[in-house]
Amino acid sequence: MRVLVVGYGPAAHRFLETLRERGFGGTVTVVGEEPRPAYDRVALTSYLSGKSADDLTYPVPEGVTTLLGRRIVAIDRESRTATADDGSVTPYDVLVLATGSAPFVPPVPGRDLPGCFVYRTIEDLDAIRAAAAHATSGVVVGGGLLGLEAADALRGLGLATHVVEMSPWLMPRQVDEGGGAVLRGHVESLGVRVHAPSGVAEIAGGDRVEGLVQPDGSVIAAQVVVFSAGIRPRDELARSAGLAVGERGGIVVGETLRTSDPAIYAIGECALVNGMIYGLAGPCQTMAEVAADQITGGRATFTGADMSAKLKLLGVEVAQFGAMGGALDVTYMDPVAGVYKKLFVSDDAATLLGGICVGDAGPYTSLKPFVGKPLPAAPSDLLFTGGGVALDIPDDAQVCSCNNVTKGAIGAAIADHGLTDVPGIKACTRAGTTCGSCVPLLKQILVKSGVEVSKALCEHFTQSRAELYAIAQVRGISTFSQLIAEHGTGRGCDICKPAVASILASLGNGHILAGEQAALQDTNDHFLANLQKNGTYSVVPRIPGGEITPEKLIVIGEVARDFGLYTKITGGQRIDLFGARVEQLPQIWRRLVDAGFESGHAYGKALRTVKSCVGSTWCRYGVQDAVGLAIMLELRYRGLRSPHKIKAAVSGCARECAEARGKDFGVIATELGWNLYVGGNGGFKPRHADLLAADLDTDTLVRTIDRFLMFYIRTADRLQRTSTWLEGLDGGLDHLRSVIMDDSLAVCADLDAQMDRHVSGYFDEWRATIDDPDKLRRFVSFVNAPGVPDPSISFEIEREQIKPVLLEAGPR
Amino acid sequence: MIDTLLPDALYWTPVCHLADLMPERGAAVLVGGRQVALFRTFSGDLYALDNRDPYSGAYVLSRGIVGTRGAEPTVASPMHKQVFSLVTGVCLDDEEVSVPIYPVRVAADGTVLVTMEVSVV
Ligand code: SRM
Ligand SMILES: Cc1cc2nc3c(=O)[nH]c(=O)nc-3n(C[C@H](O)[C@H](O)[C@H](O)COP(=O)(O)OP(=O)(O)OC[C@H]3O[C@@H](n4cnc5c(N)ncnc54)[C@H](O)[C@@H]3O)c2cc1C
Ligand code: SF4
Ligand code: FES
Repeated sequence: MRVLVVGYGPAAHRFLETLRERGFGGTVTVVGEEPRPAYDRVALTSYLSGKSADDLTYPVPEGVTTLLGRRIVAIDRESRTATADDGSVTPYDVLVLATGSAPFVPPVPGRDLPGCFVYRTIEDLDAIRAAAAHATSGVVVGGGLLGLEAADALRGLGLATHVVEMSPWLMPRQVDEGGGAVLRGHVESLGVRVHAPSGVAEIAGGDRVEGLVQPDGSVIAAQVVVFSAGIRPRDELARSAGLAVGERGGIVVGETLRTSDPAIYAIGECALVNGMIYGLAGPCQTMAEVAADQITGGRATFTGADMSAKLKLLGVEVAQFGAMGGALDVTYMDPVAGVYKKLFVSDDAATLLGGICVGDAGPYTSLKPFVGKPLPAAPSDLLFTGGGVALDIPDDAQVCSCNNVTKGAIGAAIADHGLTDVPGIKACTRAGTTCGSCVPLLKQILVKSGVEVSKALCEHFTQSRAELYAIAQVRGISTFSQLIAEHGTGRGCDICKPAVASILASLGNGHILAGEQAALQDTNDHFLANLQKNGTYSVVPRIPGGEITPEKLIVIGEVARDFGLYTKITGGQRIDLFGARVEQLPQIWRRLVDAGFESGHAYGKALRTVKSCVGSTWCRYGVQDAVGLAIMLELRYRGLRSPHKIKAAVSGCARECAEARGKDFGVIATELGWNLYVGGNGGFKPRHADLLAADLDTDTLVRTIDRFLMFYIRTADRLQRTSTWLEGLDGGLDHLRSVIMDDSLAVCADLDAQMDRHVSGYFDEWRATIDDPDKLRRFVSFVNAPGVPDPSISFEIEREQIKPVLLEAGPR
Repeated sequence: MIDTLLPDALYWTPVCHLADLMPERGAAVLVGGRQVALFRTFSGDLYALDNRDPYSGAYVLSRGIVGTRGAEPTVASPMHKQVFSLVTGVCLDDEEVSVPIYPVRVAADGTVLVTMEVSVV
């Protein structure tokens, strides 16, 4: 049997792969109009951010003959042959049309001017990139999924970017009006101007595009216009061959994907199945599998597909699953954080019908498998906790919609093949290989299935951070070389070296730059300062509790002035001095140390700050001395190295002006003492801290924090904040309480002793460095020219202070 | 080995003493206005790469963490952690990107010498 495939996009590729997997014995030929084999169109935009065409292109399955750069222009159904635009004729027994779709360009005057583009192929992107080099501003016509992706691309190419959208809000197919408003906020905050409802009346310009005229006559000046106003199935070939096509386009097929001619199939975006065109990669690939199954004698059918989508556009998560309406709905909206989540449920509030998320797609991952099933919890709880809830997903629920893989299939693959990681699941089931949005769920399923998930720190150590900590502690290992020689392989990397350096420091092995330890440190710890984008460093002196005398403020001002540093008040209640070259660091520290300052460890995975409110000393509501306690705690834990940074705060009353519940540990004053909260986080995934104990006296408070920190340091993973550590801790908060308050593991004496050693062993790293000529030697830009500053560093002035002159990235 | 492979006409610049280079760490030197990152591995081998991190444009590669990936000695850019081979200068996370490498050798007295290009004196 001779199979001929017309069109070589993702659908054709999956079709060819499936034929091969089924051991198909006939000859297979694919004709593609584009100059290369099929590539990952979903990831097209990454071509502009550094991926090459080769990176995106799929390998041609073995045994397939490819005819590239050729378009099929005619099909003769009588003689079963197809003719290409170069005159070549290919015979077939079975023909598969996988011609995809083409962007729709509205028939407005000026649409053909140079400077007008569509966004579909690698060649389109090459052309847009070339045009952008001579342009300052661009407009995208269409504010849907692809339009916003194109807008992100224009923005990435440095253009002032506009989007015109006909509907009153962006992404009308995926989100409702409320979600659209939140999305618009995000998009505009990135500098993209949204015009909606609006549209295009005309493209203005003489020889080239000069602007876009909106229906109200106003003009957006632009040299680049990208049309992204929808897609049209490419059915012209089928049409001229006399096959049935839909009224509004698309090649008519049944559930077997056969067209009106039984020898011809149509799959992917060109196919009209039960009156629907599927414009997403997932369903297109399912069609490809079904057609391949049919051709190899199988009985599979295509009965429709999930059109759920989760995307990250312009850095904003947007997701939609199931139905876009229902008898009842529950909405959670936080306009400040830019989060909008809505669930649709049946009229008895028992069944989940669908949902919309903007700004936080957590519910998508956890709830999509429950569409059409009983709600796993109260709707409002589900929305508030986002993705954090651990739900038991039913076996028949679809986990990966791109590849149509159920929870049951994944569970079976894990059990049958002894899989232990996500790459294994991907290879075995294809789940997670397309858009990637189901990967978090794959991880959850792995963990829940009870398999031993690989905890290896990196390629050099099979152990987890906690295991290495225990090994170093129990065996008294104090060097990386000994640890890797006896328990690892190779010579380490940027993952294990800093992690081991941190373990050795937590175990109290002296100055972090002593001996071999210096070579393990990330550049920040290596120079006891924070690396900035132009190769300079920032200096952050410790200001415990945020309290500082006028004299010390003056010293900071003088140092900044004398060394020409940019000065900013940080979010951590202290002052950051930016723009120091390495050879200036010791001189800056000398001045600061002489005035009584010490390192603030802004560079370290260590205690950062204990923020405080002004507390009972001044505030008319305060019930305890928040500043006094914050200073005491900051001095106690300064320099403590840990798996990730540690932040804390103390508030003088329940009004919580210090935002203590957003910290790794937070203390809030009560009439009777202190409430201790743990596991809070700002940053990437905010979490409010949980109340660990109430109304503690100061001594008990401090002991409890000591143990909390030491227990965390011993058992957490690398770069795991207390929030995720606590969420992953078996037994959760109750277990933590039993360990550090009731001593259920009989480790408290040990934890206490270790913290006491830390407190008494503390010394200032800056001072110890400037007092040690050996350590000072590395603070030069060039070892062969110690007096010469790095010539690549230069500054310009903005708002009366320095700012780095932008460096050009890319090869030289 | 490098010594015997290169023509005598190569112009070698002495840049520092071996003792100036910490094992498993880099240091920057200035050679004819160009910034070169020298690395000394655990086994004692020396390598010289251009100091410029092509991803950020900053001259910081000498401040990265030295290690291995498989058998290949490597340095990770301190800016955004892309890993480069010390032997070839190729970025192991994206083989399309690489940084220039330069010949380096140690004289009998421990002087480290670098050459930028083949230039007939
Ligand atoms: C300077 C400062 C911003 C400012 O101008 O205010 C800042 C600057 C940086 N932050 Fe931050 N963060 C600063 C306060 C915060 C805060 C607010 C706070 O501490 O109250 C947060 C949210 C609270 C939290 O951490 O839970 C914050 C959340 C982050 C995160 C996200 C952490 C997370 O768990 O998701 C990172 C990334 C990381 O650590 O992996 C980060 C990382 C960074 C780094 C280290 C990024 C880097 O690698 O270059 C920045 C370098 C500091 C420098 O060069 O000096 N910064 N950062 C603030 C310094 C505070 C200080 O005095 O030490
Ligand atoms: C920028 C962008 C981002 C996207 N992001 C997502 C996403 O996040 N998630 C998602 O699910 N989907 C996404 N999509 C959609 C997804 O790429 C498509 O659903 C998928 O490519 C459809 O595959 P296909 O093979 O049916 O069609 P196509 O990819 O259009 O392939 C058809 C091929 O056939 C060729 N052809 C047509 N006619 C002929 C002929 N007569 N002779 C020879 N060759 C011919 C065409 O040149 C083309 O190469 C995105 C699309 C784009 C453009
Ligand atoms: S938290 Fe309470 S004590 Fe502290 S400043 Fe605010 S109101 Fe005053
Ligand atoms: S849902 Fe897209 S890869 Fe799984």
